[in-house]
Amino acid sequence: MNIQGENKTQNRIYSLLPLWIVVGIFMIGPLLVMAVVSLMESNVYGGVHFKFSLSGYRQILFDTNLFDEIEFNPAYLIIIGRSFMLALVATFISLLIGFPAAYFISRQSNRVKNILIFLVTIPFWTNLLIRTFAWIIILGKGGVIESSFNFFGLLDEESSLNLMYTNSAILIGLVYSYLPLMVLPIYASMEKMDLRLLEAATDLYSNRIELIRKIILPLSMPGIIGGSILVFVPCLGAFIAPDLLGGGKKLLLGSLIQFQFSYARNWPFGAAMAMFLLALVILVLIFNARLNRKHREYASQK
Amino acid sequence: MTLKKVNAIEVKNVTKVYRSSNTETRALRNANLTIYDNEFFTLLGPSGCGKTTLLRLIAGFEDITEGSINLFDQEIVNLPPNKRPVNTVFQQYSLFPHLDVYENVAFGLRRLKKDESLTKKRTMEVLELVQMKDYATRKPNQLSGGQQQRVALARALAPEPKVLLLDEPLSALDLKLRQAMRYELKTLQRETGITFVFVTHDQEEALTMSDRIAVINEGEIQQIGEPEQIYESPSNKFVANFIGEANLLSGFCKTNGENGLCELYTGHSINLFVPSHIKQNDKVTIFIRPERIKIVKSSKDKSQLSISEFTYLGNAATIQLKSNEQIINVNLPIEDLKVFKKGDYVDIEFPKGSAQVID
Amino acid sequence: MLAKNKKTKFRYVWNFPGFGGWTAIFFGFLYVPIFVLVCYSFNSSKFAMIWTGFSFRWYAKLFSNDDIQTATINSLIVAFAAAPLATIIATFSALALVRGGEFRFREFSNGLITLPLMVPEIVTAVATLIFFASLGINFGLINVIIAHTVFCIPFAFMPIKAALEAMDPNLELAARDLYSDKTSTFKTITLPLLTPGILSGFMLAFVISIDDFIITLMVAGGGSTTLPVYIYSMVKMGVSPEVNAVSSLMLGFSIFIVSLYWFFNRKINN
Repeated sequence: MNIQGENKTQNRIYSLLPLWIVVGIFMIGPLLVMAVVSLMESNVYGGVHFKFSLSGYRQILFDTNLFDEIEFNPAYLIIIGRSFMLALVATFISLLIGFPAAYFISRQSNRVKNILIFLVTIPFWTNLLIRTFAWIIILGKGGVIESSFNFFGLLDEESSLNLMYTNSAILIGLVYSYLPLMVLPIYASMEKMDLRLLEAATDLYSNRIELIRKIILPLSMPGIIGGSILVFVPCLGAFIAPDLLGGGKKLLLGSLIQFQFSYARNWPFGAAMAMFLLALVILVLIFNARLNRKHREYASQK
Repeated sequence: MTLKKVNAIEVKNVTKVYRSSNTETRALRNANLTIYDNEFFTLLGPSGCGKTTLLRLIAGFEDITEGSINLFDQEIVNLPPNKRPVNTVFQQYSLFPHLDVYENVAFGLRRLKKDESLTKKRTMEVLELVQMKDYATRKPNQLSGGQQQRVALARALAPEPKVLLLDEPLSALDLKLRQAMRYELKTLQRETGITFVFVTHDQEEALTMSDRIAVINEGEIQQIGEPEQIYESPSNKFVANFIGEANLLSGFCKTNGENGLCELYTGHSINLFVPSHIKQNDKVTIFIRPERIKIVKSSKDKSQLSISEFTYLGNAATIQLKSNEQIINVNLPIEDLKVFKKGDYVDIEFPKGSAQVID
Repeated sequence: MLAKNKKTKFRYVWNFPGFGGWTAIFFGFLYVPIFVLVCYSFNSSKFAMIWTGFSFRWYAKLFSNDDIQTATINSLIVAFAAAPLATIIATFSALALVRGGEFRFREFSNGLITLPLMVPEIVTAVATLIFFASLGINFGLINVIIAHTVFCIPFAFMPIKAALEAMDPNLELAARDLYSDKTSTFKTITLPLLTPGILSGFMLAFVISIDDFIITLMVAGGGSTTLPVYIYSMVKMGVSPEVNAVSSLMLGFSIFIVSLYWFFNRKINN
């Protein structure tokens, strides 16, 4: 639609100019400055020494010992590996919990469906810090779980289950934080699914397990992939769950980066870690785009 | 008619090309037509043929690639839609959902800065005209499809446009309502005396409502004429096939002229007008409507034509005759339903003036 | 013999046994922690985790806590500045991107809008911190407002874009056809029909700004603590029951705003 004699180009530029300026300066700008800082030398007083250096990146793998020798230090590699593993497991658990729920919701009447989806989205819009903090009350020493164990005499007053500050606690926090993001895209792809397909498959002698494996799972694949990305990416850089539920002992990438800026004050190293995290996320997104394209090609070949 | 006709719209050499990043679609190619004042004019064609594009060009919703459009001898191509004294009835009505019926109908008058009493008078007048006066305070989503249709008509008529453009306005209605609205639209056009330009893909709609029809296919105007003209003597195979049922039979001609003679590959001879440019014994296509063919009983030794399909339609029947790879469709009148049955051998006759050599 | 054929309960083929119960557990998992938190905010005990009885004392205490009040005011100032800014930018962007057809900077602009969603929040947070620190930009709350505006744009954009896409583009053409010029078409048709979408966008941006913690934690200087950052410091110092009360209030507030948003959205769809 292009009305006779009206120039749209100018309008578009005026409408988009605020976006370009604000996001350009205050989002792209900071990322570029951070990239520069990651290539600088750190300053003992917590600032940046304006001199090109790869020390920020080198520090991810190597450490300087007392004798000024560079030696391999796996500590950060272990943190990276743990972040990756926890994010992966959290994504898988979210899928396991979210898939049947998404399917069940998608099969309800329109009214019920809308209400249930609204209930799924509410936690997403509430404060993540507070929702995670609620788990301290549940898991913590003397919290809901321990006091109910006490009540039933399964645990005496003095001892503790030590649920907090473990990988499991972090995992619960991560799944709890991002579960809605798994359910929504899966639900969206299931809702479009034609129920007649399931009837046709049953008519052709499929049992319920085969229905899931052969029909529902393949048809909701775009949603599963989308949901997994939406959960995996924020888990990778999560800060709140590892910080509150993992304590200081179990650092993850997100809390490690935050630590560099608030306590350790090693900006180039923190910036380098942030660049590394950003690169990981970009890789995941590229992988996702590839997967999507493949899926679309597959769909169009049918 | 002895009175000189006034040209309401002249479309001159109009071409419209849609360009997107890597494709070019030619929606309209060098279209020429003239629509007279006070006429019910229909643009007819299959979907994607360019008929709606032409309508949108007249309304000003698209920029023209080449050519010009005159409205009562005034060039309008460079005017935005709000400066053109034509109004549109949209396919999905496009009533403003946040305004009630009255405000929808008064919308154009308000933009034209008519004074309040005049706006009110005219709005109620057109609402009366489309029998929607009692619904003035309703919102569009509280109306049925047929009622929305009437409001859309009233909204477009209220500012007294010089030409009313209707983009498949009946296609969203169910069959019964559609048939009733045909009659109403035609009456409305006569009563208001406004020129209607009506876009449709439904040939029956076009034949029953129009004063004249332009048949469009693949961006080109195929034929312009009155309904009988288009039905009886289509100018090409596309028009013949698109409007009504048609037999397009192969054969060759023996003599040219008003009283020419051609022979079909089935062996039948037809007397018809053969234009002078057709050479003897060249393959030609002969057009004849199924209802114009007369069939008579015959027997196996006299005729090679037999009834291969017999489809009962209640008030008539269609039959298919087969001979030498040629298929001829014939409509059987009700009084002959019991006379013929599948497998019968028959002979056919072509009444004078029923057949035509076609390009 | 026929009587022995017990009729099994009919079940549609698309109805899977056990999925309903699983979904109930799923919702339980989502809501039980919130429920527990709210319950404990009425706990009279001085120790956050040990239940002794029902009481409003922690809510009462909130009103005499100056720090909490300052933090709340800061949160509101930031949200009431950042959400409208983000909404305005998002509205103009949506108009250009949905109604503008194809043009050269389309993909680029779409990318800019979604960028704050793609980049992990902790990265955005530290990058913004470095940016402000290295350029010496230190205007207290204004720093926070700028960071929030950027982050809220995609959230404001989504419902506005959806509302524009749901709107029949022929409505604007119909108005033009009925002698309305560009400006009056925008005023009489586009803007009124877009208002619910813009309001929804504003509310989402507002909630996101009020709730944001990580970016604020990194960007906010000493005097510009917002409520979530204050809650964080309280949690870090040891959980006091006051935290439960202020957290419950924040949760209630967010849920209220999002419910409003939902209500508006249903109005758009009807």
